[in-house]
Amino acid sequence: MSYIKGLRCRECGRLYPAEAIYVCEFCFGSLEVDYDYDRMHGVVTRALIESRPQNLWRYRELLPIDGDPTVGFHSGFTPLYRAERLAHALGVKELYVKDDSVCHPTLSFKDRVVSVAISRAKELKFDTISCASTGNLANAVAALAAKAGLKRTIFIPADLEMGKVIGSLIYAPRLIAVEGNYDEVNRLCAEVATRYHWAFVNINIRPYYAEGSKTYGFEVAEQLGWRTPQHLVVPAASGSLLVKIWKAFKELHKLGVIEAPQTKMYAAQAVGCSPIVTAIETQSDIIKPVKPKTIAKSLAIGNPADGYYAADAIRETGGWGAAVTDEEIVDGMKLLAQTEGIFTETAGGVTVAATKRLVAERRIPRDESIVICITGNGLKTQEAVADHIGRPIKIKPTLESFEEHVKEKS
Amino acid sequence: MPITVRIPTPLQKLTGNQAEIAAAGSTVQGLIDDLERQFPGIKGRLCDEQGKLRRFVNVYVNEEDIRFLKQEGTPLKEGDEVSIIPAIAGGSC
Repeated sequence: MSYIKGLRCRECGRLYPAEAIYVCEFCFGSLEVDYDYDRMHGVVTRALIESRPQNLWRYRELLPIDGDPTVGFHSGFTPLYRAERLAHALGVKELYVKDDSVCHPTLSFKDRVVSVAISRAKELKFDTISCASTGNLANAVAALAAKAGLKRTIFIPADLEMGKVIGSLIYAPRLIAVEGNYDEVNRLCAEVATRYHWAFVNINIRPYYAEGSKTYGFEVAEQLGWRTPQHLVVPAASGSLLVKIWKAFKELHKLGVIEAPQTKMYAAQAVGCSPIVTAIETQSDIIKPVKPKTIAKSLAIGNPADGYYAADAIRETGGWGAAVTDEEIVDGMKLLAQTEGIFTETAGGVTVAATKRLVAERRIPRDESIVICITGNGLKTQEAVADHIGRPIKIKPTLESFEEHVKEKS
Repeated sequence: MPITVRIPTPLQKLTGNQAEIAAAGSTVQGLIDDLERQFPGIKGRLCDEQGKLRRFVNVYVNEEDIRFLKQEGTPLKEGDEVSIIPAIAGGSC
């Protein structure tokens, strides 16, 4: 029961079979899955989706697999809820958090894309899963490939946070720490991929993998009661998530599941790595690569593969972007924790801080609905905040000591 | 010692399935012209109608992205290694 028609070049429109290929031979444009939407029409309905288990596969017709999924039966369908206290702090009326910091099993939205990538890689008969990663992807590939019973070789930059290294090693992948930044790791992997017959989720499996991000957008629409917000703020590294959320809204509309989306899309980046936001702010057609320098390592991609498409989606929807400093990122993480009880990673701090900035600059009106995308968990990047959140109050195990210290503090 | 050029999979049909090519040129532009002499048609894949590198083609000289150097005008010397790589996704979002 496959709805995949094949792959199509996003630049020149040439068609390809649905194999492990990712780039157009003629213009180097990236390939995207082409679906048979006509056949889906009337099949994919609110009732069908709502009748299924609460995981990302409830949207399976809109995901690129031929048969049944292999992994991810508990991934996705993370909480979306109204964030009253954060809304008050930012001075806005209607704010929602979509919280993938609790995505199963590795606490980031990467569990979505990897569930789709591995299910497809199995269909394409690969026995080894691989990726270049800033950490979250490594964790998801390591865990879900273990669950799928596949071999796994993972490439990371050597300077990653310890939490992300351990969060991969526990699943016993072959973990390769490359002395270089993410862009260098990625370039190396692209070259390794030409010599080894492995499923690199973000290279030769990318057309399938990237589609998994749509489930984040499907859920936002479903959990808001089958409607889309007026504003949506997304952290941007490669820019893929922003592009795919927008695509998800458009697909649901195409199938008659929701009204035409009026959402404005906003990219959140760190000042030390903001090629997409820079292109938006300077109204440039060029995405100029940069050498990343930011504590938000999961967003430290200086050469964003989907940057052009992200900028297109932002312009098409009338959105904008904001780049925030490392200090604002830490403040953003603390603000989310202290208002909503969510400990997000640095990328989430970027999103909160960027939202704050966009509201303050009146890019986002205070009285319209806003969804912010939280995509990862703070326990993985503790180094980023360790020196900014105070220390425990040390006392002796006596009432006297307690009262002495607490009085002192109060 | 000529310049070594690493060819990505999608272009290897044009190079008789060779992943590494020896070529010559004093700049990246010149190198592409030499590749075109050796493998007619390859320039049309790498460059647009104006002869500029397509936006999804990344070229690295000794592991450095030429957009941080002098773009197509980046000078080359004997023994340099050039990689041609399609843009790739990844990272957090």
